[in-house]
Amino acid sequence: MEVSFDLLINAIIAGLMLGGFYAAVTAGVSISFGMLDIVNIAHPGFIILGSYIAYIVNTSLGLDPIVVSILALPAFYALGSIVYEVYYRSFEKHGQDSLRGLAFFFGLLFVTEVILNLVFGVDYRSVDAPYIGGSLSIGAMEFPYRMLVPCIVALAMFAGLQIYLSRTFIGRAVMAVSQDPQALQLMAVDPIRIKRIAFSISLATASLAGAFLVIIQPVIPSAGRDYIGRVFAICVLGGLGSLPGTLIAALLLGVIESITATFYGPSWAPAVAFGLLLLTLAVRPSGLLGR
Amino acid sequence: MTKAKSAPLLHIEQLGKRFGGFVALDGVDLEVANGERLGLIGPNGSGKSTLVNCICGTLQNETGSVTFNGEKLDGMVAHERTHRGLARSFQLPRPFRSMSVAENIRVPLLYTVNARSRSHLSHREIDERCMELLTLVSLHDKARKSPADLTQVEMRKLELARAMAADPKLLIADESMAGLSHSEVEDIVALLLRMNEHGVTIIMIEHIMRAVMAFSQRLAVLVSGKKIADGNPEDVIKDKEVVGAYLGT
Amino acid sequence: MRTPFFVLILTAIAAALYAAFHSIGNDYLFFAGYTVLQYIVLATAWNILGGYCGYVNFGSAGFFAIGVYSTVCLYTIGQSVEDVFPQFLVAPMQLIFPLPLPALIVVGGAVSGLVGLGMGYLTLRLRGVFFAIATLALAVVLETLIVNWEFVGGSRGAYVIPPNEIPVFGPYIDFLFALMLILVVVSLTVARLIERSKLGVGFATIRDDELAAEATGVPTLRLKLIATVLSGALFGMAGAPFPYYIGYVEPGSAFNLSYAVNSIAMPMIGGTTFWAGPMIGAVLLSTLQQVVTVTVSSAVNLLITGLLLIGFVIIAPRGIVGLWQDWMRRRAERAKGATPAAGAEGTPA
Repeated sequence: MEVSFDLLINAIIAGLMLGGFYAAVTAGVSISFGMLDIVNIAHPGFIILGSYIAYIVNTSLGLDPIVVSILALPAFYALGSIVYEVYYRSFEKHGQDSLRGLAFFFGLLFVTEVILNLVFGVDYRSVDAPYIGGSLSIGAMEFPYRMLVPCIVALAMFAGLQIYLSRTFIGRAVMAVSQDPQALQLMAVDPIRIKRIAFSISLATASLAGAFLVIIQPVIPSAGRDYIGRVFAICVLGGLGSLPGTLIAALLLGVIESITATFYGPSWAPAVAFGLLLLTLAVRPSGLLGR
Repeated sequence: MTKAKSAPLLHIEQLGKRFGGFVALDGVDLEVANGERLGLIGPNGSGKSTLVNCICGTLQNETGSVTFNGEKLDGMVAHERTHRGLARSFQLPRPFRSMSVAENIRVPLLYTVNARSRSHLSHREIDERCMELLTLVSLHDKARKSPADLTQVEMRKLELARAMAADPKLLIADESMAGLSHSEVEDIVALLLRMNEHGVTIIMIEHIMRAVMAFSQRLAVLVSGKKIADGNPEDVIKDKEVVGAYLGT
Repeated sequence: MRTPFFVLILTAIAAALYAAFHSIGNDYLFFAGYTVLQYIVLATAWNILGGYCGYVNFGSAGFFAIGVYSTVCLYTIGQSVEDVFPQFLVAPMQLIFPLPLPALIVVGGAVSGLVGLGMGYLTLRLRGVFFAIATLALAVVLETLIVNWEFVGGSRGAYVIPPNEIPVFGPYIDFLFALMLILVVVSLTVARLIERSKLGVGFATIRDDELAAEATGVPTLRLKLIATVLSGALFGMAGAPFPYYIGYVEPGSAFNLSYAVNSIAMPMIGGTTFWAGPMIGAVLLSTLQQVVTVTVSSAVNLLITGLLLIGFVIIAPRGIVGLWQDWMRRRAERAKGATPAAGAEGTPA
């Protein structure tokens, strides 16, 4: 009995740390889908790209993966600007046609995966850092550093985003852009420019999230797919466009998944997020529609 | 207006709707008699569009009830209400963009008129009815054009013709004239009067007072989700509360 | 063209194709041809919901796999009738099992269509985007269920051994090929029937503007459910013969992402508003894929597919059919002559 209690406590702790990481993974989609109404299902693909960049630099130069991902932020920001520009010109400008926009991002996701596959093959890749391997023990509680470090940095990033969006002029404009583009125009702010900035920021978070991922576990090119469901489940569950909601939902999913994996076996874990997503969509549709 | 003792065509009782904390409709009562022409005015954000949406089933009211032709509509989805004889035009025209003008008119003929048990039109009859309706709104020479090729006023006419194609008992024209020129407004008013002569009851929601006064037999005023006046148009626009509401905003 | 006549012509073409392949007598041709035909069915199935109604289904692989695994399940039951059923049922069940492949196709279609119905009830009331995301979810939930379901092989997979020969057709692959040809005829006929019926008009109103569709009396939810069921059933039917084709099924092959990608890419490349569009896309793309897989590598072939998908949605949103229609219109205009003012397009050539 006592053993299973310890097991439960550790499952919850692991789940919370996992949840912090999920929050970082979801932050980008929370901005692009929740605030800008751009259904960027390719986001997990860019996260894996971030993982591989952290992996290459780490293995060749020995730099810390998180440092690498911070250095790569401008590149991801620029990539975000390009993707948004293409998306805007090809789809958003003409309105309505969400079908093709979705297909576009789906194509991007797929192409990213295939390119990584061609370059790196399908083997698992992992990084080296001093904090990988050890763990902090407090009583019966275990905090593996490879989970703890990404979780803490993720939460810091998340807090930074929240402060940026709620305190700065551009941040507030981003929050307003989906609700009232006309008001922005009255303030002489170009909503397209705001959306481009916001989308670029959302994509830049993929760099950090990618580094966290490759610290937590080895990656393969197709790993992104596992995160699509999680990301959107968290996003929808947390209420679209709300970063605090996203954080709570991420922690919740992390804990549920961790408990499921501990007590029912890891092969059931992927279904948790998706089951939760289907359930949310089915049970709370009015809350989702009320924008 | 003849005082008919029979039940009204549309009977709205204590209709309420909120969006989050915002009260869009606050217990609205309204009756419309068969064959009547009602004007409905109110400042922006007074709840006119929400009222239309609740009557037509685009939104569901939270409190109160909508009775149409002796039948309670609450809980019914939009297309079921359309089948029962309620049609609307949209404030911003929403044509089916991948279809031609004539095909747009065919949709309600196929899905509403032919869904009623008492009538079933053959393909030829549908085509004929399409042309009749397009002639009524003088779009017959644009039948094969795409809606994208139409002008503003033509788009509004298509919107009205498509609503009329459902062969409604009650037509709600939601700001069909906003942004149109003087002569175009007269054009649309004349069109609505003609439709009314065909026996269709019409609620006209409009900002252009000239059109409202020319059209309406009765006028109702909505302010902040409440009906503040209802009666003879000449009297209503002199009403102190109405004048105050308009000057106040 | 009247529908019976259309079916007749299509059947004649299918029969001619079969005869031609048969006379060449190369097994590889049948194997490659089967894949192309399978993709015609998948692309057409996807297009019923995606192209006609504008609802994106990312879970094609899931629906396909339902067909695959309903066959695996029934096959496994057939292999172990004595263990599965109580004593008194064994004898009658031995008469029923093993089920013939056409029956398996019907079952696969039915199960997949039912899942489509349930899924539609859950999500079709929402904005289209949520439906799309939910379909992604569905595929993963199903894959997890299958991985954990030992009876059909779990993550290890299951062997389904087809007979070597079959009367009339000869080698079993010939029989599979013929069945798939029939499915192609069925799915193209269904698509064309929809296009020319009231249903097709209703689907198009949903794609264009759902609010206006409701206001004009179109029962949008019911039509979307019809589309989901039809589409799901065709996916399932295409999946049902797959275990016999491949011989060994594991979750990774049945839920392969390339089914999801191809069934989106093929209609998008071919054209989504015309029944032949998905077929054109499927024939071109899967032929190209087979050639590239053999000559270069399968990873490169996936890359090409992805890039073509992106390229087409950006540059030619109406697909090959759209390009062709534009070209025909321009030619007609040129034939009318005297259109010098049309230079605004930029490329008068």
